[in-house]
Amino acid sequence: MSARASSFAASRSVALGVAWRTAHNALTTPNILIPSLVFPFLFFTAFAGGLSQLERVPGFDFPAGYTAFQFVFVLLQSAAFGGVFTGFGIARDFESGFTRRLMLAAPHRSAIVVGYGLAALARWGLTGALLTVVAFSVGMEVGGGGIDLAGLYLLAALVNCAALLWSAGVAMRLRTLQAGPIMQIPVFLALFLAPVYVPLDLLRGWIHAVAQANPVTYFLEAGRGLVAGQPAYVGVAFAAAAGLAALSALWGLSGMRRAEAAGG
Amino acid sequence: MTAIAPSQLGHLARRSVLRTLRQPAYVVPPLVFPTLLATVNAAGLRPSTLLAGFPTPSFLAFAMAVPFIQGALFATMNAGTDLARDIANGFLNRLALTPMRGGMLLAGHVAGVVALGLIQALFYLGFALVAGVHLEAGPAGALVLLLLAVLVAAGFGMVGAFMALRTGSGEAIQALFPVLFVFLFISSMNAPRHLMESGWFRALATINPVSYLIEGARSLIIAGWDSQALALAFAVSAALLVAATAAASWALRARMGRT
Repeated sequence: MSARASSFAASRSVALGVAWRTAHNALTTPNILIPSLVFPFLFFTAFAGGLSQLERVPGFDFPAGYTAFQFVFVLLQSAAFGGVFTGFGIARDFESGFTRRLMLAAPHRSAIVVGYGLAALARWGLTGALLTVVAFSVGMEVGGGGIDLAGLYLLAALVNCAALLWSAGVAMRLRTLQAGPIMQIPVFLALFLAPVYVPLDLLRGWIHAVAQANPVTYFLEAGRGLVAGQPAYVGVAFAAAAGLAALSALWGLSGMRRAEAAGG
Repeated sequence: MTAIAPSQLGHLARRSVLRTLRQPAYVVPPLVFPTLLATVNAAGLRPSTLLAGFPTPSFLAFAMAVPFIQGALFATMNAGTDLARDIANGFLNRLALTPMRGGMLLAGHVAGVVALGLIQALFYLGFALVAGVHLEAGPAGALVLLLLAVLVAAGFGMVGAFMALRTGSGEAIQALFPVLFVFLFISSMNAPRHLMESGWFRALATINPVSYLIEGARSLIIAGWDSQALALAFAVSAALLVAATAAASWALRARMGRT
């Protein structure tokens, strides 16, 4: 085996090991699992059930119905928070000293970040799948085809990746669970300063101006277009999500360098 | 014995108030987070006011009742976490060796969250007025709103004390936070019940006591003096306080028995 192949195999082993451990912890510890499952369903129930009358607001013209309109928001929100909650796990690993030992063992430490990313994706995969089953079981209408839906889930996966890398960057810089609000609040604000309840055209005042500049708006508009079978802003949304993921990757990996310099 | 009771209450209440107000993590999030959520929701849900039958042209005025109740939910977590810490570090066991009466212990313990509840309510009220919300019930309505907020904070604080006495674990209290949020979200927080189109959601919001707490506070802001809404809000908050106090007293006796 060449040195390059051996190095790749070692990195893959580290990434898969970290991913397995993190996903296993997240999926088998009730205190960690329950909030990450409960919150998306709570938002879906409260928004799709409690606000469906917004369909009757003049100018609201989403053809797939309010359940599908809110499903897209909750799916993207669950993806983002799947990443953030995994960031909490990274901070906990630093607090417990696990990451310090992991850094000593890993030949390529960027593989540790990849492992956390895979775990975040697996964690969101479970939430996203359950949310989809529930949405269809309550009669969600979908106008888009299989490729449109695949596009929606791919977009959500990119959002998950960007949120994880953002949280990882924070966790690796501050290395304490007390950094939780710093990981969570910007993501929460970015999500809610977008057209959550009604389409962008119906927003008025400062929220309209903020939403227009917010990339999450385009994730939502594209996702809703894909579900309705009337794609819009898809290219913009994917470019913004990929750009955000790339910037977050730089943030996350530089956070790893900071943690290395601080001795884990 | 009767003369000792106020002294016992005073000492414990002072400790509880100081301990609560000295922790920024207890004070800042209940002030900032509900206000932020109400502001963002008010902006996003403003088109709701275009629906026929919506009770006010200002969604911010409609939404401003929510922080008063959401802030009280934080009281559950604060009171519960503090008492769980007292249980874990043995403070409660040491108190059990003194002539401290159970009722005084519980009342003194929730004094901190009641004080914080009053500060929160004053903050939300000030924020609403600065943001241009007009209180239809006037200055007397503001006093009633503060009274309701304090009563609700005491009720939820006692729920937190009950949970702490039952579980003895701060982590378990924190894990219950999403459950408490269910009550807030499945309520009339974002829409009046008569406008809810989903029958099952309207039914859930109707049987949810939190809806009546929100509607009572809301009535003072957007309607003026609505005796039915206020009577329901005060009845629900009083019932919550009585039931939670009874449950917490029972849990305290059970824990002391084990001690």
